[in-house]
Formats: sequence, structure tokens, C-alpha cells
Amino acid sequence: MSSREQILARVRAAVAGAPEVRIPRDYRTTGAEAGRVERFAERVRDYKAVVHVVPAAEVAATVADALSRRGARRLVVPDGLPERWLSAAPSVERLVDDPPLTAALLDAADGVITGCAVAVAETGTIVLGTGPGQGRRALTLVPDYHLCVVLDEQIVPSVPEAVARLDPARPLTWISGPSATSDIELNRVEGVHGPRTLEVVIAL
Amino acid sequence: MSAGPGTFLGMPAFPKNAEEALEDSQLRFNLRKATHTIRARRQAVVDELPDWAALRAAGKAIKDETLRNLDRYLIQAEEAVTRAGGHVHWAADAAEANRIVIDLVRATGETQVVKVKSMATQEIGLNEALESEGITANETDLAELIVQLGDDWPSHILVPAIHRNRSEIREIFLEHMGEWGRPAPADLTDDPKALAEAARLHLRERFLSAKVGVSGANFLIAETGTLVVLESEGNGRMCLTMPRTLISVVGIEKVLPTWRDLEVFLQLLPRSSTGERMNPYTSTWTGAVEGQEFHLVLLDNGRTKVLADEIGRQALRCIRCSACLNVCPVYERVGGHAYGSVYPGPIGAILTPQLRGTASELDASLPYASSLCGACYDVCPVAIDIPEVLVHLRAKTPHAPAERLGLKVAAWTLDRPSRLRRAQRLASRLRGLLPRRRLPGPGAAWTDTRDVPAVPEESFRDWWNRTEGGAR
Amino acid sequence: MRVALFVTCLNDTLFPGTGKAVVTLLRRLGCEVEFPEGQTCCGQMHVNTGYRDEGVRLARHFLDVFAGYDAVVAPSGSCAAMVREQYPKLADGMGATRPGAFASVHGGRSGFARAVAEVTPRVYDLSEFLVDVLGVTDVGAYFPHRVTYHPTCHSLRGLRVGDRPTRLLRNVRGLELVPLPGADECCGFGGTFAVKNAAVSAAMCADKVANIESTGAEVLCAADNSCLMHIGGTLSRQRTGVRVMHLAEILAATERDVGGPMSREVPAVDPAVNGEAR
Repeated sequence: MSSREQILARVRAAVAGAPEVRIPRDYRTTGAEAGRVERFAERVRDYKAVVHVVPAAEVAATVADALSRRGARRLVVPDGLPERWLSAAPSVERLVDDPPLTAALLDAADGVITGCAVAVAETGTIVLGTGPGQGRRALTLVPDYHLCVVLDEQIVPSVPEAVARLDPARPLTWISGPSATSDIELNRVEGVHGPRTLEVVIAL
Repeated sequence: MSAGPGTFLGMPAFPKNAEEALEDSQLRFNLRKATHTIRARRQAVVDELPDWAALRAAGKAIKDETLRNLDRYLIQAEEAVTRAGGHVHWAADAAEANRIVIDLVRATGETQVVKVKSMATQEIGLNEALESEGITANETDLAELIVQLGDDWPSHILVPAIHRNRSEIREIFLEHMGEWGRPAPADLTDDPKALAEAARLHLRERFLSAKVGVSGANFLIAETGTLVVLESEGNGRMCLTMPRTLISVVGIEKVLPTWRDLEVFLQLLPRSSTGERMNPYTSTWTGAVEGQEFHLVLLDNGRTKVLADEIGRQALRCIRCSACLNVCPVYERVGGHAYGSVYPGPIGAILTPQLRGTASELDASLPYASSLCGACYDVCPVAIDIPEVLVHLRAKTPHAPAERLGLKVAAWTLDRPSRLRRAQRLASRLRGLLPRRRLPGPGAAWTDTRDVPAVPEESFRDWWNRTEGGAR
Repeated sequence: MRVALFVTCLNDTLFPGTGKAVVTLLRRLGCEVEFPEGQTCCGQMHVNTGYRDEGVRLARHFLDVFAGYDAVVAPSGSCAAMVREQYPKLADGMGATRPGAFASVHGGRSGFARAVAEVTPRVYDLSEFLVDVLGVTDVGAYFPHRVTYHPTCHSLRGLRVGDRPTRLLRNVRGLELVPLPGADECCGFGGTFAVKNAAVSAAMCADKVANIESTGAEVLCAADNSCLMHIGGTLSRQRTGVRVMHLAEILAATERDVGGPMSREVPAVDPAVNGEAR
């Protein structure tokens, strides 16, 4: 008998005759709509990320301003990123992922700019789904600086609403603040292997 | 110190280990500080959710339902992963799982792998197995790195180096980083930020050149074949994303039926574990993605044996959050090493004896490593009634002959009120003779630190009889 | 109301003053108290140490002795929790995993389960009985001392008595209740744990004692003499001067107790009160 058959047979023998289980789902499946954007901004800030809340028309200026403050000149730009977001930063050198950027090139970049698939207000989470303007996973991992533009309508109040919007077939990365660790005396310290600086522009 | 495969072989029983650990004042201080910090953090983010109790009930039921139909869900997961271009392997025990991983790494021609912290691979002793075949496993989680560099044992599920404080970590980095790769800067301070930075620099080259990654998973979604890994530092993302070949070793109990079930567990786990609303990074992937080769190793290694125990099987609901360790008064004082297993604390005390059996003195002593205070059950996000399982395992574990005799005599006495009365009167007659500060025999364990109460002249029942319930 | 006192084997043998205090208190509040003399032990020590068969036998005995009362009151959170929380589990889980476990128990497993369902909902810890059944939080007690309260694990997390004991204590005249830091942490008793893992148990108690001393209280109060035996034994060994008293003993004390109950030997039941009760 193969290990597969053996394991399945053991499982069946172990649970034979056990009663079926009903799953109560009386937890909240939607969160509070009121104050959704403010809550998201506040909770992303809690993770020590930099957050700007601006009218959609001011995204380009905010992005340009952020890049210049950071001193980011060589920026990874994933395919499908709305052109207008970078329209106020013409001097920034764009690194495009075609052909795929090597790890060394990504490491040498000053940062990466992306959009996102969905964001969660209650937890201050941004989800990247490798869709347009998000790129493959390494693009937002290797560079030390991640600038992310989140649109008002992408922010859902709660975790269940985010799960429902996402496509599991795509690789997803849920990001809640910059890389951090609690490994030293169980105290949170920001900045380990992922981007040490996360900057979020929320476009209203 | 040399690590046995997933077990700390030849260790004496828990009380002896605990006694030694209690002498270590640095350990006591470190553990107290860390566990009290995390307790407060967890409480704050749990209290923030008005529906925590409902989430907990759902989490428990989802896990129970999964276990009830585990055969079906495993087959479903296998089909989904295969459909998405992944390869699925089944391992009945640790040796088979290690063999599968070794063969997969060999096939790539590589001799280095990068690893994300994973309880399952620790349980099976994968690093040692790889090493014996000339393959180096590089741990990339900060705490695992501290443990690996210090040639130490993990002592906590989530924070394996919880027994070390910042200045000890600094010393380990200064002394040993150079032996593995880029040395720590000579002017390294014990500021946690500086320590994290040293780890970042030390590991970065290895990440960027890694060809094979090995991980575990927090969840495996049967419906879609999706794997889910929660982490903080980004080392997980590095190991899951950068290598060309990814091998994930996953216990069969990690299955969740549907994608939707994540809405429950992505709320329960981070808040219970690091006390955050959400952990910094969660990665999900389905099959082979972005040009990777993906292998899933499904691991039994005793889990089906646990599943067969009606009371003990609830331990398989565990999502490895470690909240029970952080509130346990026993763990807080002795740390993880005393439990002699990669699963320490309350969950370890019920999981280890079930996975490994109770043949060794250590494993047989684990169900007793608890005062049954119930704090673990209160915080468990999937409502594992740890005290219930402890008591159940105590009944299944053989007892020492002297203790057995003592409890049999006690039971015989308590079986009849008349016998109890005779014993009470005997004790009252001898009350002047009983020492209050130094009892003989096993009683000495009590009087080492505690006085015994004076035996009264008259028991309550004799008083009641003599006075007709106080009327006379 | 027919109220049965389940004094518990520990109180019966070592702390009769607690039993007497319960009798005094309940009669003062107008209850008719009975002491079913067939009672022995709830079986907690045996079950929790891994001697299930013996424990089940004692549980069956308990259920027989206490059938038919309107309420059963136990001055012990852990014994009350054993009956209410663990008896149903014994009836359920254990019967299934060990079919022979009830062979020597009369009525078998189903008889045991029926008795559990009938008797256990009417078993109360003292503070629950006072607050929930009698509906009183001021029991007319007088105790002019500085007191701190240890909630004990099985009252807190088993029975979930919540703030009932401290509500009762706050209404005691003259009593100054001071909060105990780390109150919800276990004292380290844990039954046979105190002997099997004596070193850890002592370490836990050392922290409990430090917290107690930090309050400056004269008296440590709890609703369970097993924990108090452990903490009190340590307080006494360390010659801290802090004494321990069961909740019942404080609640039973009144202005008539000359000098107040200064020792564990609680004054005998007040004859006048008993006269009324009869």
C-alpha cells in the first residue's frame, strides 16, 4: 500500500462513526462603512508606515514629492501602472520588468511603486495580487522602499470582505506595514528583510 | 549540543528539567518580560473585535469539520494542487518526509537551501537529515537564526529565541555570524534595530542567490489548492518567491475546506500570536506560480494516531499561535527547553505525548506539567480544551507504583463516609505528633517550601453530629 | 428551600471552621441547611491525577448523596467546578473512549449521565449561591481589616464567578478591599501538581506571595481552601504575618464576634441565630 493509501485509510479508520459538525458563522462578515478610509489610514500609520490621504487629482504631485524626499531616482515600475501617477516625476528612471529584472537589479533599485488589489480598513492591510500595476511578487520584496497607491474604492472595512474580493488562483501578498520582527524580547521592531519603508498614498 | 531528529532524546522528566531551568535567573527574567509584554498586546487586539467569541466558535467548528472529513479534503487539495501545476507527495512518517525532500533537493543539483521557520520541518528533524546528506539548510527567520548560530534549541513556537535577551543575541551574532557568512559589524550594539539590521545584511546574499526554498504552511485550502504562510520579517516572502524550486512540508491537519474559511483564521491567528491586527506579510500561492517548480509534502507522522483519540484529537485544531505558551504560568517560569520537544508549553504537553507516545520518562511526565489553571483554554483561538486533554492523557499514562498505592488507599477511604470518619479521628488523635514543617517521605515535597495546616481536634462531620448541626 | 452543604473532604478534615462559617452565614440569611452525612469527596483529585475509574466511583457516590436537593452549596470553587464542569465530560467523552469505565458503577454510563444532568445544575459555589440564588450581596457582615482577594483559577475560569466574591466583600462593614496584582494568575497549587512539580509550584507561589505582600493586606481571602492551604503554608513558612481566610469565614463574621475572627478557628455557630433558623 502506498503512503497515500495508508494515510487515507488511517484517517478513515480514525474518524469512523464521528458525528458531522455544523459550522456557526455568526461573526461579522461586513465592517463599518463609516470612517473606513480614516480607519485604514490610522491603522497603516500604527505600523509605522508613512500615509498620505489626498484627492485623486493630487496623487501625481504626492508621488513626485515622496520620491524626491526619499531621493529615489531608479524606480521599479510594474506593467500596467497608471501613467498619470508618475506624470509629475519625469526625471525618475524607470526599471521595467521586461525582460524580468534580476535580483541584483531589484536590489540596486531605490524603490518600487505599485497599486494594489484590495485594502482592509480594520487591519490596515494592503493586498497585492500581481495584477496590473502590481507586478510579480519579487518586485515589492527586494527593493527597500515601497510606495503604494490605494484607491478609495479598493478599501473594504473588514477581512471577510477582502477575502471575498480576491482571486485565490493568483499569488497574493498581504502587507500590513513595513517588514518587522517580534523576535527580540517579543517587542516589535520595524525593518528586516522586506522593504523597510512603506509609504501609502490614499487617493480619494 | 546536538539536535536529535525533532526530539531532545534522553532528556530526564519534566520536573527535573524544570527545577534546573528555575535556577536560571536570566532565563526567568527574559521569559517574564516577554510573556507579559505579549499578553497585554494580545488582550488589547482581541478586545477590539466585538465578535471574537463568534470567530473562535467558527474556527473551532471549521477545524472539527475538516478533521471529520479529512480524507475527502486531502484528496480535494491534492487534485487542486496538481491541477495548478504542483506535485504532491505523501509522507507517512518523518523518515519518509525527509527522504522525499532530500531526493527533491538532490534532483536540483543544489547543496544549499533557504528555509522559512516551520514547525513541521523541525518536528521531523529535516535540517539534520539534510546535513547528513551534505545539504546545508539555512534558517532565515531571525529567531531561528539566533538559535542556529548559538547551536541552541528553540524554546517557543513563535519566537524560538524567546529565552535570549538582546545582549545575549548581540554576543551570539558577534561570535558566530562570521562562521556562516557575512560577520556582524564589530561595533554592533544591543539595540534591537541594530540586531535586526545585522541579520538583514547577513542573510541578504543567501536569499538573492537561493535556488531551493523549503517552507511549511499555516493553511492549505482544499477547494483551491492554495497554500498560506503568515510571517513578519519578509524572510518568508524571500524563501517562497526567489528560489526556482519550492518545497512545502505540511501536516495533514493544516487543511481548511474553503477559501472563505481564511476570513476566520486571518483574524484569529495574528491577534492570538503576535498580538497584532495583522502580521506584516501573508503569502498565498496556488500550485506552481511565476515559473517556479512546486512540491507539496503532506505529512502524517503520528497525526492519524492523534485523530483516532476522541478527546485528544482536538489538539489537531492547533494553528500554532502560541497564545497558550504566553499565558501559561508554568511555561513562564521554566521556558520551552524543559518540555524536550519542538512543541513546548501547554499545547506541547498534549501534542508531544500523543505524537511520540509516552514510552520515555519525559513524555510520560508532560501531561503533569500543568496546574490545570485553565488560562491556556481561555486564550486558545480554536478553543482546544487543553486541561481536559491533559487530564485525559494522565488517565492513559502509567502511574508509579507508590503513587498508585497512595491514591488507591485514598479512594478506598473516600468510598465510605464511615471510613473517612475513622481516618479523620485517627488524624485528630495523632495531631500533636504531625510535624508542620517537615513531613516525611513524599510529603517532604510539600514541606520543602510550605507549612502544613494543623489538624483540627474535630472534623466538620464530628462537630455536626456532636452539636446536631451547631444546635447544641 | 432545602439546601445541602457539600463541605468537601478537605474542609471536613482540615478546615471545619469554613464549614461552620457557611452554616452560620446561610442560617443568618434564612436558609435551612442540611449536611448529608453520606458525603465524602467529589473525586477531583483522582480524576485530575489520572485515576478516572476511582474518580467516577466517587462522582457516582456524590450524585447519589446529593440527589433531590433544591441547591447544593460548596465552599470551594474547584470542587464545584469539578461537579459542574467535569462530571458532564466524564459522562460524555470518557464513556466513549473507555466502554468499561462504568462497568462497576451502578446505573452504568446512561444512569451516570442522567444523574449528572439532574444534579449538577443545582450545585453552586458559595458566592454564586449567595448572589444568584439568594440575591444578596450584603450579607450583614462586619470585618474591620485590610483584605486582598485571590480569585482562584477554577472559580475564575471554570465556574466564571466573575466579581461575585468581591461584590460580597465590598459590602462587608469595616473591610478595606485592596486589589491584588496579577490576581488572575495561578498560585501553583494544582492538586498533586504541588508535589509532582514541587519546584515550579513553589516558584509560582513565590510570585503570588510577593504580590500579596505588595498590597499590605493583613488577610488573604479566597473561596477555596486548597489554594489557601498552599499560599497560606508559604506565607506561614516565610513568616510574612499575612493570614489566610476563606470567604465564608469573613462573610460569617459580625459585630457580635468579640475581637473578630482573628484565627482560622472561627467562632462556633451562634446559638441565637440557630434558634431562629429552627
